[in-house]
Amino acid sequence: MLRLEPRASHSVLAAWLSPLVALVMTVITGTVIFIAMGKDPAATLYIYFLQPLVSASGLSEVAVKAGPLVLIATGLSFGFRAGVWNIGAEGQYILGAIVGGGLAVFFHDSTNALLLPSMLALGIVGGMIWAAIPALLKTRFNANEILVSLMLVYIAELLLVYLVHGPWRNPQGWGFPGTRTFPDAAVLPVFFAQHRLHWGLILALATPFLAWFLVAKTRFGFRVRLFGSAPLAARHAGVRSTRMIWMTLLIGGGLAGLAGVIEASGTIGQLMPNISPGYGFTAIIVAFLGRLHPLGILLAGVVIAVTYIGGENAQIVAGLPKAVTGLFQGVILFYLLAFDLVTRYRLVFRRERGPEHA
Amino acid sequence: MPDSPLLQLKGIDKSFPGCRANEGIDLDIQAGEIHALLGENGAGKSTLVKIIYGVLRPDHGDLWWQGKPLRVASPAAARRVGIGMVFQHFSLFDAMTVLENIALALPAQDIGALRDNIDATAASYGLALDLDRDVYELSMGERQRIEIVRSLLQNPQLLILDEPTSVLTPQETDMLFTTLRALADEGRAVLYISHKLEEVRRLCDRATILRDGRRVADCIPAEETAQSLAEKMIGRRIEQPIGKAPRQPGQPGLRVLELRTGSDTPHGISLSDMSFTINEGEILGIAGIAGNGQTELMSALTGETGPPSSGSIEIMGAPANQLGPIARRKLGAAFVPEERVGHAAVGDMTLVENSFLTTLDDPAFCKHGVIKWPAVRAFSDQITHDFDVRTTGVDALASSLSGGNLQKFIVGREMLQSPGVLVVSQPTWGVDAGAAADIHRAIRSLAEAGSAILIISQDLDEILALCDRVAVISQGTLSRVQPIHDVTPEQIGLLMGIRHDSIANEASRATT
Repeated sequence: MLRLEPRASHSVLAAWLSPLVALVMTVITGTVIFIAMGKDPAATLYIYFLQPLVSASGLSEVAVKAGPLVLIATGLSFGFRAGVWNIGAEGQYILGAIVGGGLAVFFHDSTNALLLPSMLALGIVGGMIWAAIPALLKTRFNANEILVSLMLVYIAELLLVYLVHGPWRNPQGWGFPGTRTFPDAAVLPVFFAQHRLHWGLILALATPFLAWFLVAKTRFGFRVRLFGSAPLAARHAGVRSTRMIWMTLLIGGGLAGLAGVIEASGTIGQLMPNISPGYGFTAIIVAFLGRLHPLGILLAGVVIAVTYIGGENAQIVAGLPKAVTGLFQGVILFYLLAFDLVTRYRLVFRRERGPEHA
Repeated sequence: MPDSPLLQLKGIDKSFPGCRANEGIDLDIQAGEIHALLGENGAGKSTLVKIIYGVLRPDHGDLWWQGKPLRVASPAAARRVGIGMVFQHFSLFDAMTVLENIALALPAQDIGALRDNIDATAASYGLALDLDRDVYELSMGERQRIEIVRSLLQNPQLLILDEPTSVLTPQETDMLFTTLRALADEGRAVLYISHKLEEVRRLCDRATILRDGRRVADCIPAEETAQSLAEKMIGRRIEQPIGKAPRQPGQPGLRVLELRTGSDTPHGISLSDMSFTINEGEILGIAGIAGNGQTELMSALTGETGPPSSGSIEIMGAPANQLGPIARRKLGAAFVPEERVGHAAVGDMTLVENSFLTTLDDPAFCKHGVIKWPAVRAFSDQITHDFDVRTTGVDALASSLSGGNLQKFIVGREMLQSPGVLVVSQPTWGVDAGAAADIHRAIRSLAEAGSAILIISQDLDEILALCDRVAVISQGTLSRVQPIHDVTPEQIGLLMGIRHDSIANEASRATT
């Protein structure tokens, strides 16, 4: 029989190595899959994992994809550390885009320099409002935040669809769903004229460092960790659970909302039905791939972004189906969790003896 | 073969990841004897017993039963051979009757016949049981009797008891000992695991002492003193706690008046009309059997479960009813709850982080919400140094410390904050004798420095050794507080079984 036995000591090295091993195993699995699909594994893997990193445009696209993932995952990591399971970042992201982007829709001919900062602030507020609903229901009625936040995703999606088909539809848009394009004052400037990489990158880079400071150096971060790892001890230390639930959900919602408005303003320049390729859900993978550590999340965001861009390239160049991207993300997560398990437990084969009499 | 021992163990080895729990242990148990198995926590007693009872299998070594090799693959197999066991934690269903609980553990049979059978067994060993009562109404002693009767119905030749008296009053303990004596006189053997050395001296014919997984000594307990047994267990001399010096009590440090709390769990205890005052420089002990409201009293005092339903709590003269744990600490209170890991400390945090756990509002350690880790680290260095905490360093995880060392760390963390009021629940529960003596000395010197101290403990010896005054908690009520010299252990024991409030007398007549 196969059993798991806890290891006496866990090695820090193993904890940091296991994501690398997981990556290597993903590449090996990828090789097998590509061979089975009749593709040249070396060429396809190159397209997948390296091509996005060798050209300026590829790097720019990776950064554009990694930005929202890192922002959202950093926000989620607070809740996940505290044992508050916000699964609805996708909805909070959409609400951020709606509330922040809505400002640009109303002031579509404005040149006011305050427009952009106000949009970013409103984006955060929008995400927070959406996250406040599960927070309120959990603290008041002990409603499960996983279900509430997840169901709110679908409401947010439908709200966005309604707005861009209905009241906010671009009058000059020939009937396509989508708002007016944002005025220049509402668009995050790009770094280089020929690439999409915009100033949102700065926020996406700065946020994990700020989060790291919060987690490692402040009493608030200590309380979050305490609340997640030992609720009774947290109570003993005077941590109020209501406050922790509110704070972690609002941080997660706020950063998801910020990611949403940045995407609408910087990358897309308007609101439309598909403003997210599932960032809010993929960010959950990113958060765990980065071990809920802000700097780990930064790295993990880049890795996952590469699989997105690589997947797009592979569709165009090698004719692979889009599903392969999701498959790769799944395989990475699978190996990560598996190697995590074996760093903390060891597998033991043991023959079970049947009951015997004396 | 009449001369071969009932049970013989030869060279038992058992390892777990990272520890050798048993190393070459030999043990023989004769029919008709009460044999004590002694050792500190982690000495390997439980592992050895689980091997005998078929829960674990040894890596090496043999078991012999009446001179024949024995393989026990499971507890069921052990019971068929004639080995019965009463665990420290009972496996009973609260909402079922005594009879139902016993019937469940036995092969299906006629319930009427079983009832007669139980009555006969119970009567012949002096084990009074009301078969139709629900288990949740019963005292711990009565619950233990169910377990014992359940084992006896299977006619064991060897009965193993793990820490049986830790939940019993002195009177219940005496009844248990009479029963065990009767069993031994019939030629059955009893393997008795305990850390209460006086009891072992009174009851047991022989003792085997384990330390660090090895058998270190065999002895006849009656020929030893508790001190000499303890020293064999820990392998070094124990310093005697310093004697009680008469003290001049000061101002009230902790005052509790007519405290009442509701209980939100179905079988939980609610506190009713509890009153006591502890002056500065004084140690009050609250004795009682587990599950009589100690946990509820502790959380009412720490403020972890919100304000009480009625009554008042004053800390250093200031009303504290509405205050949470942090505000109560600011008034000068410190608390050591019973559970070390997960309540008083966090297992997967380092000692540095754990020393911040109850000091997180101290401006010396945290300003404007930013933690001064170097100062916290210096504080944890001071704790481990002053309280002799054996650890690889302050960056070690709390879970890597032994129970005794972690308790010293927690007690040290609270004491170094110089509290005016210290509330400690089970200060030395599951702590080795050496660490227990250290903790007792520290509590005593804190009282001498003028703190008001409350000790909630199930260990009567501890209360008698440390406290100036004593009260007994029972069913959520508190007895009159009495000077420690005015009461005997027997009198305290009698108070453990009855309610201490106005509606009590009727209720106690109905239940005893």
